[in-house]
Amino acid sequence: MSCVQTIMDYGLRSIGIGERLLPRADYTLCQQATLIGSGLIWNLYFAVLALSFGFVLATALALAKTSPNPWLRKPADAFIFVFRGSPLFIQFFIAYESLVLLPRAGIDILGMTVQTSWLTRAWAGALIVLILNTAAYSAQIFHGALMSVPKGEVEAADAYGLTGWKRFRRVIWPTMLRLAWPSYTNEAIFLFHATTLVYFSGFPAFQQKGDALYYASYFADRTFNPFVAYPIAAAYFIAATLALIWIFGRVNRRLNRHLPDAASRIRYRPQLMR
Amino acid sequence: MFSYCADPSSLEGLVWLSCYLTSGTHLLFYASFGTVLLLLAITAPIALLFGFGGAMASRSRIAPLRWFGGIYTSMVRGVPDIIFFLFVPIALDQGFEWVRHQILCDSDAPVRQGNDFVVCAAAKLPLNSAAPWVHDVYGIFLAVIAFSVVFGAFAANVLSGAMQAVPRAQLETAEAYGMSRAQVNRRVLIPQMWTYALPGLSNLWMILIKATPLLFLLGVEDIVYWARELGGSKTSAFTYPHPDWRLYYFLGILVFYLGMTWISGRVLDRVTRRLSKGQATMGGEALRKETPA
Repeated sequence: MSCVQTIMDYGLRSIGIGERLLPRADYTLCQQATLIGSGLIWNLYFAVLALSFGFVLATALALAKTSPNPWLRKPADAFIFVFRGSPLFIQFFIAYESLVLLPRAGIDILGMTVQTSWLTRAWAGALIVLILNTAAYSAQIFHGALMSVPKGEVEAADAYGLTGWKRFRRVIWPTMLRLAWPSYTNEAIFLFHATTLVYFSGFPAFQQKGDALYYASYFADRTFNPFVAYPIAAAYFIAATLALIWIFGRVNRRLNRHLPDAASRIRYRPQLMR
Repeated sequence: MFSYCADPSSLEGLVWLSCYLTSGTHLLFYASFGTVLLLLAITAPIALLFGFGGAMASRSRIAPLRWFGGIYTSMVRGVPDIIFFLFVPIALDQGFEWVRHQILCDSDAPVRQGNDFVVCAAAKLPLNSAAPWVHDVYGIFLAVIAFSVVFGAFAANVLSGAMQAVPRAQLETAEAYGMSRAQVNRRVLIPQMWTYALPGLSNLWMILIKATPLLFLLGVEDIVYWARELGGSKTSAFTYPHPDWRLYYFLGILVFYLGMTWISGRVLDRVTRRLSKGQATMGGEALRKETPA
């Protein structure tokens, strides 16, 4: 079987398109590279959706955390503490175990039956956990940035008669993002790497549709050889991480475009902060 | 454990619970919290050492050593740590067995035959005849190495950043006094870098705490293993039948971790204050203004 044929058969195997059975014998390099690459679709799916939804939620949480109203501030603090203070791995288990406890037949709300079985699937259940997790970490970053928005900029906005939503949207929010962006890039890398945990933590890989690391460990288990499958997975992740850094670097340049000096050099903090 | 626990089926309510929570398997579950703490206690210093080595290597004047240090310090930037956790133990295990195979076996047969990894009985690690606890300890040993390698890489990243953050002028001053490179490192660079490294290292400690449940992936009988084992629904064939209680066990583990990170956060805040004292940094300046001399 040629490599092109393998790619046709297994290129989209992780989302259920193509050959149903995973390879059983010889496990060629091409098969391994194709299947692991196909699993990367799930990592990208989780990362992109969790980061997009998490971003919105994190902004709201950061604002709630700065609010003088304790009814807003206290819940935001508690949420951030719980999700930042506990391992993601345990959060996955807890989410899965509690989602399994939902009634099989669905819940009756106002005469309508709401199905719940899809929540126990990784694409939904794990995504929810990842959204909440990254929202907590990002909210902490955004809160820090919000606290360091220069006073003068807010006063200038006041002087121009900007208030409320307009002041936030035009002045505070862009500055907050600009200040938070290097740390937020780190968080995005961490979250992307954390997506590999999904299929090792309770959530079953339905019909062997898993992520890149799921297939890598499948091959490593079958061939008793970790020196092929894991480096392939690592190479994919390095490439994807470089792409992610490049994209975030472009955004960073746009956020800083009004500043003559900062735009040209993008340096990320050497520490791995999370 | 208690004398009234002899016949659990006749017990009810809190008495039943007190017997249930002190059964033999539960004591093993509580001991596994000790395994987690032990792993933290062993891994943290080794990882710091690895990190220090990596950071020093990445500043070395010998090119191959510098390349190695550079790769080591940046490897966790691009590759998820979970890949290393899966890769390092099995790779090490096979590496050890391969070396022993070369020394101890007199067969010329290759180690890899098709999809099998074959070494002779004498080269097995641990030996088939070894006691079960040897297998457990070997598993934990591999886990400690895996954690140390990965967190050593994280630490190398933090420390090399901290070394670069030490003001260049301080090192130049030391050189001007005629100190050799080793002396500059020992007397100025290393003492000065800690305050820059501390935020990163305390953050790393938090990441390390939160990575300990991954022991489960390495096949160690840790808290996650026991929570799944004990929490799963037990039929009446068991001494203590109960429905699926895994959620409660995991909530217990959650509380354990929240406590760990909360206490660590408090302690690290104090240490940061201590180390910022008298430093030419924002934190040090804030402390100086706080307490007028």
